[in-house]
Amino acid sequence: MKNILEFIENSALRYPDKLAVADENGGLTYGQMVKLSRQIGAWIYEKTDGDKNKPVAVLLDKKPESVAAYMGVVYSGNFYVVLDAEMPASRAESILGTLKPVAVVTDTGHMEKAQELNSRDVQADGCQGQDAETNEVFRILNLDELDAEADQSALETVRKRTIDTDPVYALFTSGSTGVPKGAVVSHRNVISYTYWYTEAFGIDENTIFGSQTPFYFSMSVSDLYSTLKNGATLYIIPKAYFTFPMKLMEFMNTYRINTIYWVPSALQIVANYKLFQYAQLPELKKVLFAGEVMPTKPLNYWIQNLPDAMYANLFGPTETTDICTYYVVDRKFADDEPLPMGRACNNCDVFVLDENGREVSPEINPETGFSREGELYARGSFVALGYFGNAEKTREAFVQNPLNPNYPELVYKTGDLVKYNRYGELVYVCRKDYQIKHMGYRIELGEIEAAAGAIDGIRSYACVYDDAADKILFIYEGKKKDETELLKAFQKRVPHYMEPNRFVRVTSMPHNANGKIDRKRLKAEYAQH
Amino acid sequence: MEELLKILNEVKPGVDYENETDLIGHGVLDSITMVTLVLQLSDEFDVDISPVDITPENFKTVQTIYDMIQRLEDE
Repeated sequence: MKNILEFIENSALRYPDKLAVADENGGLTYGQMVKLSRQIGAWIYEKTDGDKNKPVAVLLDKKPESVAAYMGVVYSGNFYVVLDAEMPASRAESILGTLKPVAVVTDTGHMEKAQELNSRDVQADGCQGQDAETNEVFRILNLDELDAEADQSALETVRKRTIDTDPVYALFTSGSTGVPKGAVVSHRNVISYTYWYTEAFGIDENTIFGSQTPFYFSMSVSDLYSTLKNGATLYIIPKAYFTFPMKLMEFMNTYRINTIYWVPSALQIVANYKLFQYAQLPELKKVLFAGEVMPTKPLNYWIQNLPDAMYANLFGPTETTDICTYYVVDRKFADDEPLPMGRACNNCDVFVLDENGREVSPEINPETGFSREGELYARGSFVALGYFGNAEKTREAFVQNPLNPNYPELVYKTGDLVKYNRYGELVYVCRKDYQIKHMGYRIELGEIEAAAGAIDGIRSYACVYDDAADKILFIYEGKKKDETELLKAFQKRVPHYMEPNRFVRVTSMPHNANGKIDRKRLKAEYAQH
Repeated sequence: MEELLKILNEVKPGVDYENETDLIGHGVLDSITMVTLVLQLSDEFDVDISPVDITPENFKTVQTIYDMIQRLEDE
């Protein structure tokens, strides 16, 4: 197997009339998915004059036809880039400026936005238009004007020329400098990754996913491609249902969702409203999560109420397709005990290097109960090709394996600090740039946050380091707490030099576009300048 | 009502709540804001807002939220 399109084609042979991707308004069966994707592919091929391995951006809402648009781009021999239809214009411009796509696939509803971006881009770039007469930087293809009769004869030739290291998509993540970086992911990446995901979680034709994460977020790669490979069904949950929790429970039961792969904050909504008092989820068998640290307390709420389900904590960056390590919960955890991130996925290898570039062994320090810490590296077929149009950032993160001086082997440097526990499982510490030096001690803010997990009445929290004042800020959302009481809670759990120096209560914790706590914004707002 | 506006402005500042005709449709209240808001309202008004009460109808405008609280207080 060398091309991800074989996923939908094989599933269409086995289950032509089974729903592949659906929402409340209906969906596409595998047969329809292949048919529509090929039509779109031939149409894009024609409109882009047979370009190959070029970026084609897709500006659509999250709906079944969007998946056919992504597959269509791949049929045309190019790779797709999912644009968030709601993202701020500045971010879209930055992405399109880097990408210079040959076309943007959109629909009538997003036409205006696409045109606006096109003309803005011209102004920003000083008119580098491909089409001098209309000053357009990229072609806009309106899916509602799809020419379903476009000649498909070229598709087979395109397929024959494609190899498994050609790109399938590029996915933009926010870089620490604020400039988005587009990780380019190949057929081989997605295929190897999807085989592991399928095997690790027993995904098959009976799987019914309830999809929560947006298609421009790497987590959606997991549920989408494991669905397509296995002839399963992916139901798109309307975003609003996470605001109206009873609707969410109803949706899950109506469509008999048995597997979910959500961000922790979505799982926390269920725990915060104590939803299991009002409705049950009898069909749900697998609860998988990733994207940020899952606090143990809400997870324990799930486990108490749905004790027979499988729970798994997945960890990884977009640059390893989605995930590089995982842990299937197989023992009890106290509310203040962090979940491990487990071990490397099958066909992916990870290792840990200390600041001198030496490998960290899983040997436990009896005093701490953990090994030494180091930075996590990943190698193998999950590792993306690099960042689109950004050789400098690519060189920084995709490096020659420091443990292999003998032949070229690029590995991905995650920038995450980790350590081993007594089970030989990896435990997340924090981002490398989240490690601070305070009162002469090297401190991981994540460790202070983990200690806060058990404090009653606090719903959401984050630690921020105020460099200018050399102070650790603990910012929380929840019931107003007496500061002395809070301090006492920390004193029980962390050494004195790790105690927060300031407590800030916020009514509402800011979150970024991916639903993660926005630490940059917290720092900007509450640290002294 | 004043109390309610105060809470809304705390939970999500920068919105003209009194003239907003569709808090949901216009994207003012998203899932995470809703959790915070519901817990705040339950605490401040000492009412029990259950997930069953969290509907698009009850949270459409300040007035509908206010009516819901009144109803729950009477129960």
